[in-house]
Amino acid sequence: MQATTLFDKVWDAHVVQHIPDGPDVLFIDRHFIHEVTSPVAFLGLESRGIGVMFPQRTFATADHNTPTINQHLPVADALSANQLKALEDNTTKYGISHWGLGHHKNGIVHVIGPENGITLPGMTIVCGDSHTSTHGAFGAIAFGIGTSEVEMVLASQCIMQPKAKKMRITVNGTLGKGVLPKDVILYIIAQISASGATGYFVEYAGEVFENMSMEGRMTVCNMSIEMGARGGMIAPDEKTIAYLAGREYSPKGEAWDQAVAYWNTLKTDEGAIFDKELVYHADQIEPQITYGTNPGLGTGISKSIPVSSAVLDGEASYKKSLEYMGFAENQSILGKQVDYVFIGSCTNGRIEDFRAFASIIKGRKKAQNVTAWIVPGSHIVEKQIKEEGIYDILTDAGFELRQPGCSACLAMNDDKIPAGKYAVSTSNRNFEGRQGPGSRTLLASPLVAAAAAVTGVVTDPRDLL
Amino acid sequence: MAYDPFQIVQSSAVPLPLENVDTDQIIPARFLKATKREGFGDNLFRDWRYAHDGSPKPDFVLNNPIYSGKILVAGRNFGSGSSREHAAWAIYDYGFRCVISSFFADIFKNNSLNIGILPVTVSPEFLDQIFQAIEADPKSEIKVDLPAQTVTILATGQTESFAINGYKKNNMLNGFDDIDYLHSLESDIRAFEKERIF
Repeated sequence: MQATTLFDKVWDAHVVQHIPDGPDVLFIDRHFIHEVTSPVAFLGLESRGIGVMFPQRTFATADHNTPTINQHLPVADALSANQLKALEDNTTKYGISHWGLGHHKNGIVHVIGPENGITLPGMTIVCGDSHTSTHGAFGAIAFGIGTSEVEMVLASQCIMQPKAKKMRITVNGTLGKGVLPKDVILYIIAQISASGATGYFVEYAGEVFENMSMEGRMTVCNMSIEMGARGGMIAPDEKTIAYLAGREYSPKGEAWDQAVAYWNTLKTDEGAIFDKELVYHADQIEPQITYGTNPGLGTGISKSIPVSSAVLDGEASYKKSLEYMGFAENQSILGKQVDYVFIGSCTNGRIEDFRAFASIIKGRKKAQNVTAWIVPGSHIVEKQIKEEGIYDILTDAGFELRQPGCSACLAMNDDKIPAGKYAVSTSNRNFEGRQGPGSRTLLASPLVAAAAAVTGVVTDPRDLL
Repeated sequence: MAYDPFQIVQSSAVPLPLENVDTDQIIPARFLKATKREGFGDNLFRDWRYAHDGSPKPDFVLNNPIYSGKILVAGRNFGSGSSREHAAWAIYDYGFRCVISSFFADIFKNNSLNIGILPVTVSPEFLDQIFQAIEADPKSEIKVDLPAQTVTILATGQTESFAINGYKKNNMLNGFDDIDYLHSLESDIRAFEKERIF
């Protein structure tokens, strides 16, 4: 028996047809849709005169465009309101589950899937959003697709896809105090650059990932796309099974036992070959922060901004990046002024992220110069924040809890960082203008964000723990 | 069917002996906001075809009535630049079904194949022979035979084979895009779905 990988096992089980000298026809178990990338896809179906093949395998939410305050009021922005209405109309017409604005299960698409047990190990999962890689944390093959592919999956529950190459990234050791899963993935991307995994599907392995919680694994897999990978996966284990037991859409009874037995067969076999292997150690990883305009331009928080010869990016684009950020080579990042702090997004919008944030702000006060946006990933997360007393810790410290949505991650709604202002953000992209025209993003973990929120400057969270 | 099936196209050809014709020339960015796929033919090579005041530029080949046909013959690296599928739509909507060149940019090639334009790659020498034949006689016909994968200059009988991915060839012969192809697999897909444990 040939030794195969987690990726191979899941991929091969979903091939409806292999086209010689062509792509595979891959069956998709779960299709998540949201209001931005679905309207044109549904219009395409209508013009072809065909319907949705498996509405019951399609799950819709409203997240990208939605306001994070006063969600009970009509949405003010006309274009956003139109997209939300289109999603409402389309899901009703085709009988697709839709947790829209105001629904008690509404939230960011990559938060609501896992927390309701819709995402399961061994599945293929797609969505018209690049951070679909998040679901790979469960040992699923999950990746983002374009609008014409959204139409393809609605029409046929399949996608035409060539099989990617395989990369394994192993990190052993134990993470130090104050070092979170977000730091692990930021560290890896900084080592190989924003295009370092292009053409590959990544598997994360080793002690650090085995010891990581499911939410931590989701944070890591979420940012796989930021190093160019098609997707990222972590093998399911007892943590995965414990997380999923009893969730609304998880299998029950005999179906559950059958599922668990199958999930236990998925991990990569001893001796399986990867096209590329990278190995790192936890001792090398301190809290990270980005200083440039792509996620690969990051470094340990105690370090200085590198000179251009020390980074993988080309000199001209590196200089342009630093100029946009108002930074210079050899400057210390610690102590830099912070104007905004955003905690939330599909990367770090789950309960453990808010627990981490609270652990630093407890007993302290929000810095005067900081505007903070605290955005839960879903109403379920919002409810947990309140039940665990984190809500009280937030308000005592002068912070305000908002309502779920993608919010300032991409600033499609009103949560926009003004031009020239610096934002420490727990989201996933720091491109020019991502959080608002002229905005300057520093990507970081919830602990680094919390430390900045109470001191008003970039601060090593380990000094406050 | 997403477009008319392509079997054999025999037609006179329009010569564009320029290299590196990019997608911004094929369809300028200001025309990308349209929400339908029709009407793009009017804006094919817009800024080469028309002056700012809308009057046709007499030197541009599309404004010269001695050239016509369903085949466009272009210099190497045709379609370089952005991924806009609109470039392929513009060429199709104008009336071309085939573009012949010695090299195509990747994304443009894939976009073309998905909407019913056959990109035919020939050797640089054969491309020259085609340009010479058209110069000698603007009504000279070219025959593109997809089943046989050959392109022939009818005036001289010179012929060359061209390569095409098997899956894409089958789609073109049937007028299928990827969704049409998948739709043809519906019973296989439904049978597969029944076996899924989730």
